[in-house]
Amino acid sequence: MSSNNDSISKTLIVVISLCLVCAVIVSTAAVQLRPQQTANKLLDSQKNVLAVTGLLSGSDIQQLYSKHIEERFVDLDTGSFVEKPANYDYRKFMKDPQESVRLSGEEDLASIKSRANIAPIYLAYNNGIESGELSAIVLPIHGYGLWSTMHAFLALGADGTTIKGLNYYEQGETAGLGGEVQNPKWVEQFEGKKLLDQSGAPAIKVVKPGNASADSAFEVDGLSGATLTSNGVQYTFDFWAGAKGFAPFLAKVRDGALNNG
Amino acid sequence: MANAKEIKTVLFGPVFANNPIALQVLGICSALAVTTKMDKALVMCIALTLVTAFSNFFISLIRNHIPSSVRIIVQMTIIASLVIVVDQLLKAFAYDVAKELSVFVGLIITNCIVMGRAEAFAMKSAPGISFLDGIGNGLGYSAVLMTVAFIRELGGSGTLFGVEIMPLVKDGGWYQPMGLLLMPPSAFIIIAGLIWLLRTFRTEQVEKA
Repeated sequence: MSSNNDSISKTLIVVISLCLVCAVIVSTAAVQLRPQQTANKLLDSQKNVLAVTGLLSGSDIQQLYSKHIEERFVDLDTGSFVEKPANYDYRKFMKDPQESVRLSGEEDLASIKSRANIAPIYLAYNNGIESGELSAIVLPIHGYGLWSTMHAFLALGADGTTIKGLNYYEQGETAGLGGEVQNPKWVEQFEGKKLLDQSGAPAIKVVKPGNASADSAFEVDGLSGATLTSNGVQYTFDFWAGAKGFAPFLAKVRDGALNNG
Repeated sequence: MANAKEIKTVLFGPVFANNPIALQVLGICSALAVTTKMDKALVMCIALTLVTAFSNFFISLIRNHIPSSVRIIVQMTIIASLVIVVDQLLKAFAYDVAKELSVFVGLIITNCIVMGRAEAFAMKSAPGISFLDGIGNGLGYSAVLMTVAFIRELGGSGTLFGVEIMPLVKDGGWYQPMGLLLMPPSAFIIIAGLIWLLRTFRTEQVEKA
C-alpha cells in the first residue's frame, strides 16, 4: 500500500487535490468574513474617536458617532480643509509615495519615516452636530515607542491647544510597562494641559516619573519602568504639534478657522 | 471507536501524565508570548485546542493516502489552512482579542504541539480518537498556559481576567507589582518551576542523567 502511495502520480493527485480543497476553504472564509471584519475595524475606530472625546456611552456606537462627530480632511502642509480624496485610507496613504512626504532624519522626530499629505480629523459636538457648538478637535497621531508604532487620538479643545483627552488605541509595547500608555489613569494627566505655548510651539513635556509639577501647564509624569516608551510619546507630540504635523492647521484654528464652519 | 478507558487516557493523559509542555517541552514560544493576561491566554488556548483537534482529525482521515515522501508538507498545508480560518474567525467575531493576539494566532502554524501530534498520533490512528487526542493535548497546553498566565497577571498587574484583585501602588493601592513577571523570561522560570513540581510528584517523568 505504501509503495502505491509513493508513486509519482498518486503523490501529485493527493497534493494537488489537497491544495485545491484547502485553497477553497481558506478563500471562502476570507471572502465570507470580510464584510464583518471591515465593519469591526470601522466600528473600532469610531469607538476610539468617541472614547477620546468622552462621548462614549452605551453600545450604539454608530448612532452616537453620526450624531456627534464630523469627519474632515486637512492638508497638513497648508493646514486648510480639503475634500476627501478618492479611495482614502489614512494608513495606506501614509506609506504611499504618491500621497505622502518622506521625512528627513531631522524632521522625523517620531521615527515614522513618511507622513501622509492629507490627514483625517474629527470634530466633536457634544450637543450634536447641528448645534454647531464645537467641543473638541480630534487629531490622529502616531510615533515609535520602544518596540512598536503607537497610534493614538488626541482631543484638543476648541481653542486648539488645551488637551481634552488622549487615547492610545494601538501599540505593541511591553504589557504592564510601556503598555501602560493605554492606562486611563496615566492618560488622565494630559487632560487640561496645554499642547502649545504662547508662541504656538510644541510645549508639552513628559518628564521623569514623579517630577511633574502640579501647577505646570505643560508637564506630565512619564511611565515608570518605561523610559523609552515615554520618550516615544514625547517625540510623537513634538512631531505632530510641530511644523510637519498639525501646527499649520492648529494656527488656523487659533485664528478662528472653525468658527464659521 | 475505542473503549471508554482508552478515551480517558487519550483525553486526560496529556494534562498531567504526558503534558506536551511539561514533559515533552513543546510549544514554549507561545507560552512566553501570550501569558501576560489571562483572557489573551484563554483565547489562545481555545484556538490551539481547536486547531490541534481538527488537524488531527483531517490528517487521520486521509492518513492512508498521504505519500510518505511529502507527508510533512501535507500536514503543514492542513494545519496552515485551519489556522488561517481560525484567525479570520477571530477577526470577525472577537475583534478586540484578535487585535491583542495579533501575530501569535498565525504562529500556531509553527507550534510544535500541533505538528508533533499530527506526526506521532494522527498518522497512525483513526479519526475519532485522533480528534480526542488533539483535544487532550490542547487541554494539557491550556492547563500550563492558564497557570502561567494566572501567576503572571496576578503578580505582574494585580488583576485576573482584567478584574482588579490587588490594587496597585500607582493607582493608590498597596501592591507593588513585579515587573519581571510581565517580561517573557519570567514564563521560562514559571514553566521550569511547574516542571519541577510535576516531576517531584511523578518521579517516573524524571529523565535519567
